[in-house]
Amino acid sequence: MHADITLTVDGRRHQLRVDTRTTLLDALREDLGVTAPKKGCDHGQCGSCTVLLNGRRVVTCLVLAVAGDGAEVVTAAGLAEGGDLHPMQEAFMDHDAFQCGYCTPGQICSAVGMLDEAAAGWPSAATPPRASAEGAVAELDDTEIRERMSGNLCRCGAYAGIVSAIGDAARRTHAAAASGIPRPAREGGRR
Amino acid sequence: MDFLSPDTWAGALAAKAARPEAVPVMGGTDVMVELNLGRRRPHALLDLTRVPELARWGAEDGYTRVGAGVSYTRLVERVGSRAPALAAAARSVASPQIRNRGSVGGNLGGASPAGDCHPPLLAAGALVELASAAGVRRVPASEFYLGPGRTVRREDELVAAVLVPEPRGPQVFAKVGPRNAMVIAVVSFALALDVAARRAGTGIGSAGPTPLRARAAEEFLAREFDWAGGADPSPEAARRFGDLVAGAARPIDDVRGSAAYRRHALAVLARRAWARCAAEVRGGGV
Repeated sequence: MHADITLTVDGRRHQLRVDTRTTLLDALREDLGVTAPKKGCDHGQCGSCTVLLNGRRVVTCLVLAVAGDGAEVVTAAGLAEGGDLHPMQEAFMDHDAFQCGYCTPGQICSAVGMLDEAAAGWPSAATPPRASAEGAVAELDDTEIRERMSGNLCRCGAYAGIVSAIGDAARRTHAAAASGIPRPAREGGRR
Repeated sequence: MDFLSPDTWAGALAAKAARPEAVPVMGGTDVMVELNLGRRRPHALLDLTRVPELARWGAEDGYTRVGAGVSYTRLVERVGSRAPALAAAARSVASPQIRNRGSVGGNLGGASPAGDCHPPLLAAGALVELASAAGVRRVPASEFYLGPGRTVRREDELVAAVLVPEPRGPQVFAKVGPRNAMVIAVVSFALALDVAARRAGTGIGSAGPTPLRARAAEEFLAREFDWAGGADPSPEAARRFGDLVAGAARPIDDVRGSAAYRRHALAVLARRAWARCAAEVRGGGV
């Protein structure tokens, strides 16, 4: 059985016909040629297919394309605005937060979704019970970042760089929000 | 594969009545794994993500009613203080991406003996609300599970909600696995105390064909617990409690752990759970 669906991907609206068994990941990669989300495990373990689906990070291998009809998808390729990289992408480059790069688009989408979740006061398993009961916004130390990024694996083991890149991006975003600047300015040069 | 996508609860129940073999799917975090790995080839899926009623929660006659489609993330954020053990389990499920999609309803529908939500539901004395086009019934969690993947839910029924009693004392949840994320529990354990009634509820996960209660352990704790002062148990009482919990389990050897290890770990978790509840009573956090 096939279904006609509409997906908005990185700001572009697509109408497509999919087999009802097709995952969102396969629809993006095979039908639309959007290859930023990567297929790692195909059963939700590795996080390399993470995108923002209607603003929340999800693994696209576990979403049926037909169930995503009408949804808005943002992949790592759609985070940049114009010629400027997203601050999270800048931070990943500044901190050497990858080696082979296969998990990177998923890591970056996950990190962007994670900062939104933390800013909304969502607790993690690393948040002290009392702080989470009070709904206090968690301070994103390395333990919090590691726990909140635990759905994304990196087989190269670039975790040290990933954690520091996300911490840096969180501080830049926080500073920009405090000063009312919508997008943080780039710090330093790219290697 | 047919894909049924009703956008009302009445429509969902009518669809299930017409196609009882249709596999209900919410976030897809269990069902999709089976599909992708080719373990299951259903003729029809019943997608429930567009049913607004399932995403609701609210207070109801001393219970918190949580719609079967409330995601783990939302459960932790919005319902956490009204169902502490369930929220603790919810925030340990899989990974953040999975928690943004997965739901208690899916955990109950799948009914894996290792599902994280089951021990807290058993310990807290929760009810499972099942609905069909013919009507609604509420089943105590302790009567819901029949075997691995099997429950009292009939083919024409859907899980509508869980009803968790208002907490009347400390509640804790703990599980054992190789790491925090993406773990199918080797064992899990939940303890919920009712301080006013001086009663205890327990739930054991991943150590039997179904999630289990440890009733002898509950009675022992109810007698021995320092309800007024929250003093730590004596080493003998703690050991006895751990042994009673371990004794209620019916574990097997499998790839995640041996039966002997599971019994041992359960006893440890049970002793810690008592100590944590006692500390909470001492701290006056009840």
